[in-house]
Amino acid sequence: MPGVTPAPARSGVVVEIGGVPIRLCADDSGFLNMLQSRYTGFVAPSAPARFEFEINLTSPGSASVDEDVSVKWDSGRWFMERGDFRAEWNPKTARGKIRQAAYPYALDSVLRIVHSLLLAEDGSFLLHASSAVRSGRAFLFTGVSGAGKTTMMRLAPPDATLLTDEISYVKRHGEEFEAFGTPFAGELGRPGENLRAPIAAVYLLAKGQKNKLEPLRSGDAARALLANILFFAQDRALVRAVFEAACQFASRVPVQRLTFVPDARVWELIG
Amino acid sequence: MTAKRYVARSTEIAARVLGDEVMIMSARDSTLFSLNEVATLIWEAADGKTPLEEIVADKICARYDVAPDVALRDAEELVEELATRGILVLSETPVAPASAMSKGAA
Repeated sequence: MPGVTPAPARSGVVVEIGGVPIRLCADDSGFLNMLQSRYTGFVAPSAPARFEFEINLTSPGSASVDEDVSVKWDSGRWFMERGDFRAEWNPKTARGKIRQAAYPYALDSVLRIVHSLLLAEDGSFLLHASSAVRSGRAFLFTGVSGAGKTTMMRLAPPDATLLTDEISYVKRHGEEFEAFGTPFAGELGRPGENLRAPIAAVYLLAKGQKNKLEPLRSGDAARALLANILFFAQDRALVRAVFEAACQFASRVPVQRLTFVPDARVWELIG
Repeated sequence: MTAKRYVARSTEIAARVLGDEVMIMSARDSTLFSLNEVATLIWEAADGKTPLEEIVADKICARYDVAPDVALRDAEELVEELATRGILVLSETPVAPASAMSKGAA
């Protein structure tokens, strides 16, 4: 039509975590370059995106990352909000919008929420845990902050591959569970490798005077998992799904309490 | 004469047997509960159509050395507590039961 110039397609970066490619679009090339760098190893330029988010950048202001996250379902869309971002996502149209300042923490949070919602529907979950692959099998280390999740990754032997030192991606695959690497880094400050492996065991961490392994009964294992699963939505169907997923996991994967002295010998008990 | 009371599992929860333990999560607020042995017997029998008195006689008194009136009083306290937490529904008439809980593999 004369006099009307079509809006140019927004540039974007496709970030694939857990086998789910999500296209993140923005007008700011500097911001997109930052995403390329931050999610390096998880950028999948040729993957057809399953979902697309349009990011509108705002001025930094005084937004706080310390506020609680709100995740609500309304009129066919998820609404996600914290002090430093506002987002909405329509799973049916596979599109969403994010309004945030040009730093990465807000986007990390939105991605975690979106993945936690997708995983919950599939009997899977994000776990506050570090994880590594050794001899083709994944080992997860969970516990409260300060329990030693990052320490276990620092002490890992050279043949262990880091999946994450912060958020483990646990996906049900038939009767088994697999762990995927994530770009979500904790104190270690580096992303995991983008690979997957069947989960061999989960360790509930506690620091102590000597290295010791104790099996957990499946009820205690489910309780420990539920205390560390990342889940934000107050949605009854998804709460049920997460509960079922944790119970399924606890009945299929060995969960043990690992009391450890923080030195490399603790890895002699793993496997 | 005291009216009969019927107990049914709430539809607002998810429940699962793991090992020898019944775990229940409230779908309302994600609170996690674990039932002891006696509570589990009542929970399993809470089909909404069997009076509590009958559940106590068949499941508790038949298994434990306890006087029926004491067992019933304790059971009434227990089901009221579980109802307060949204785990059971109490009624003076039969109620539709919730779906059966899942059995864990362990």
